[in-house]
Amino acid sequence: MKKKMGIGKLLLYTVLITYAVITMIPFLWALSSSFKTLEEIVSGTMSFIPKKFTLDNYKQIFVEQELFPRWLLNSVVVAGTVTVLNLLFNSMAGYALARLQFPGRKPLFLIILAVLMIPAQVTMIPNYLILKQLGWLNSYQGMIVPTMVNATFIFMMRQFFINFPKELEEAAELDGLGRLGIFFRIVLPLARPALAAQAIFVFMGSWNDFMRPLIILSDPQLFTLPLGLNSFKGQYISYWNYIMAASMVFTLPVLVIYAFFNRYFIKGISFTGGK
Amino acid sequence: MKRMATKRMWREVGTSYLFLSPTLFVLLLFIIGPILFAIFLAFHKVQLLGTTSFEFVGLDNFQRIADDTRAKIALWNTLKYVVIVVPCQTILALVLAATLNAGLKGQKFFRIVYFLPTLTSSAVLTLIFMWMYNQNGLINHVLKAVGLPTYNWIGDPDVALNAIMIMNIWATAPYFMVIYLAALQDVPDSLYEAAELDGASAWQKFWHITVPYLRPVTSFVVVMGLIGTFQLFDQSYIFSGGSGGPNNSTLTVVLLIYQYAFKTLGTMGYAAALAFALAILIFIATLLQRKLSKEESLY
Repeated sequence: MKKKMGIGKLLLYTVLITYAVITMIPFLWALSSSFKTLEEIVSGTMSFIPKKFTLDNYKQIFVEQELFPRWLLNSVVVAGTVTVLNLLFNSMAGYALARLQFPGRKPLFLIILAVLMIPAQVTMIPNYLILKQLGWLNSYQGMIVPTMVNATFIFMMRQFFINFPKELEEAAELDGLGRLGIFFRIVLPLARPALAAQAIFVFMGSWNDFMRPLIILSDPQLFTLPLGLNSFKGQYISYWNYIMAASMVFTLPVLVIYAFFNRYFIKGISFTGGK
Repeated sequence: MKRMATKRMWREVGTSYLFLSPTLFVLLLFIIGPILFAIFLAFHKVQLLGTTSFEFVGLDNFQRIADDTRAKIALWNTLKYVVIVVPCQTILALVLAATLNAGLKGQKFFRIVYFLPTLTSSAVLTLIFMWMYNQNGLINHVLKAVGLPTYNWIGDPDVALNAIMIMNIWATAPYFMVIYLAALQDVPDSLYEAAELDGASAWQKFWHITVPYLRPVTSFVVVMGLIGTFQLFDQSYIFSGGSGGPNNSTLTVVLLIYQYAFKTLGTMGYAAALAFALAILIFIATLLQRKLSKEESLY
């Protein structure tokens, strides 16, 4: 019996380790390519350790390619603003739908649920025409305003606030706080775990989004990183060392955020996903 | 007393709408408005030059889909992609989750590693894979080393879509794995203990307890998978430089919608009609899946 357990365990470990290797290889390969010289890249030697370790590729993308830092900045501004606004507005909407009494509450909730199911492709074309009409193509506001609330997370916040203990709010009310005070000083700070999970998803979604910037941005000055990276590839078609260096710079901020919020990330997936 | 209550009520209504105002603004201007606008567009021919003009064409845009060879190719590619990728990523996710949940040491490490593709943007992943898929690249070198045939992954119309499939199964399975992992926490230990007393093997426990218990989650994972795979765009776009090539082999429905809407003149209304066709297709696939999984649970 004991021996059999051993074999089973060995098998499980083999599966886990094999898949870990399969997952790691593309990243390690990209990372190692980003430190290789062009000659080594072109020569086609398949070593994970660069023969001649160089930082030139990173220097190239930051110094020679002036637009790259700008793309990075655009991405930070857009994803950062979108995240902050989403946290605030989704919570406000979720709270109103969960706790406040007002005419139109039920139909509004149903509409938000229905909106969850409409594929983005349907609204993409009219959205473009509306943004064009507003003069918001090629602008930060065109990138930010349409994505500053998100039906999925309004729904998530509503679920969270429904289960939130009412007694705390009642106590605060007795102390003379109004609704706004209760919301901003009591409820929101206590919603931190839900907000953290949401922040990661919204930030990642905005940071990694490819389609929206592709449609509404045409001025390279305003490109966000995914779009910049794509145009970079067109420009440096066979300079895979530069392309990989740029890819690594792009990925790093998300990894850092993930390292800090790992815990919430898992909670968030199981929350928006499983239940 | 009554007046005070009314005042309070009105204040609450005011607060509610204040709290909802950003949501209502976006909902009306960028979601509900556009949905109505999209219906309008689907029945019109749109000219974008100078001032935008609309010409009513009835059902022409919808009829045109039937005669459009590229639409058929795009639909075929998309269906092929959905039918292969959804089962593969679901099974892989389930197996990984069950393995990770077996209570081995180092779980945390593996979970972090498996997450990497989920965190990374589609643009970066596609570029990394294009670099590995290079004719003289890492993947062909490995294949050659173990005596397998090599391919022109990016340039050969027969394998280009497969290359995207492999990449996306690899990239999406870990995301669904996490959903399964969360659900696995809820499987009551007593079920496994009872099975163990009956002398069930690890495989029997997985197949007769874990899999049936997770059926509702599997249903959810499949629906999410369907919605995601039907909307394949970024990878095809970057892989083919926006063309859907080589020889239309990576052309997907969404990529075609994008091309008609923003790359060719005068076909924006047609693109809107295609977008509706896609939405209906996704809706039908989702319903079908729900029906099938419900019937299954009768047994």
